[in-house]
Amino acid sequence: MYVIVVGGGKVGWNLARELMDKGEEVTLIESDRRRYLVIEQELEHAVQYGDATELWVLDRAGVQRADLVIAVTGDDEDNMLVCQVAKEKYLVDRIIARVNNPRNLQHFKLLGIQPAVSATDLILRLIEHEVPRYGLVHLLALEEERLEIIELEVAVDSPAAGRQVQNVELPDGCLIISVLRGGDGFVPKADTVIEGGDEVLLVLDPGLEEAITPQFASPVRRG
Amino acid sequence: MFVLIVGAGRVGSAVAKTALAAGHQVSVLDEDPLSHERLDVGEEGTWEDRGGRFTVGTALEIDALLEAGVEDADAFIAATDGDNTNLVIAQIAARRFQVERVIVRVMDPLRAAWYAEQGLETISPTAHAIDMFEKALGLD
Repeated sequence: MYVIVVGGGKVGWNLARELMDKGEEVTLIESDRRRYLVIEQELEHAVQYGDATELWVLDRAGVQRADLVIAVTGDDEDNMLVCQVAKEKYLVDRIIARVNNPRNLQHFKLLGIQPAVSATDLILRLIEHEVPRYGLVHLLALEEERLEIIELEVAVDSPAAGRQVQNVELPDGCLIISVLRGGDGFVPKADTVIEGGDEVLLVLDPGLEEAITPQFASPVRRG
Repeated sequence: MFVLIVGAGRVGSAVAKTALAAGHQVSVLDEDPLSHERLDVGEEGTWEDRGGRFTVGTALEIDALLEAGVEDADAFIAATDGDNTNLVIAQIAARRFQVERVIVRVMDPLRAAWYAEQGLETISPTAHAIDMFEKALGLD
């Protein structure tokens, strides 16, 4: 696989190195001269100097035959446009963009740049996971496939506690796929009884969270 | 016509003044509050006194665009000093806010040409400068 990585910051440099260790062919493009000279000492011919938002720089890096273009500069506009040009002008099949400011995620979507990865969002999810007082944890979002996986804590006095899976009142488009109890996870059957204190994993169509959470939340905390 | 101009540099502010003097509604958005001064140079009364609008904010922030009136804009001019910012906000104006006329400044002539093919109205000062230098040298 031929991968072009744009941006030789910590993310880009480490990414390029890891991909090369896995045996992939990589070109890293860096637009800061000094940074380029530093990286070049290690990656040698695998790094090119230039501003990848300029077409000829992408051209020179061989974007036409790239299987994957990853834009991970610290500038969201740069990342958006590199990916847009790679995808729409050079017809690169796969692109991945880094989102620096999570508020810009909407712009990546508007321009059709998917997937767009926000480290801030990922860490926020980890915080949700590690600090469960937030109740609902987004584990995975497959935007293009329109699927999400969330984790919820079942409150002892919630409607779902003590009910069989088949009797939990859930809207169409969601499914309980796993129950975590006492540190163990298992796949429930229709007649598995959900207990207070369980953590349940659900797969769902995006946007159903609000309809689902009341089933697992304590009535007191609801609303 | 209601014109929203993003970027009050030399180009943006000059176009803003001309458009206002020509009787159009003009709103200017720039992240630097001091750029407001350019709108007053050589004019009588402040930009606001003359009927202009000025918003301080980053163009990528939807709130700033809304405050500057993007929803009502008939024309949108992206004239910040960054090509990439201009290209992104121009596409936001066109696709998200359906601004009818979107004009974007792109210094890089190659990209100006490609984005023009994609339907954006692009202006490349670099391409103009090249043309004029070539004409001056009798190369055309």
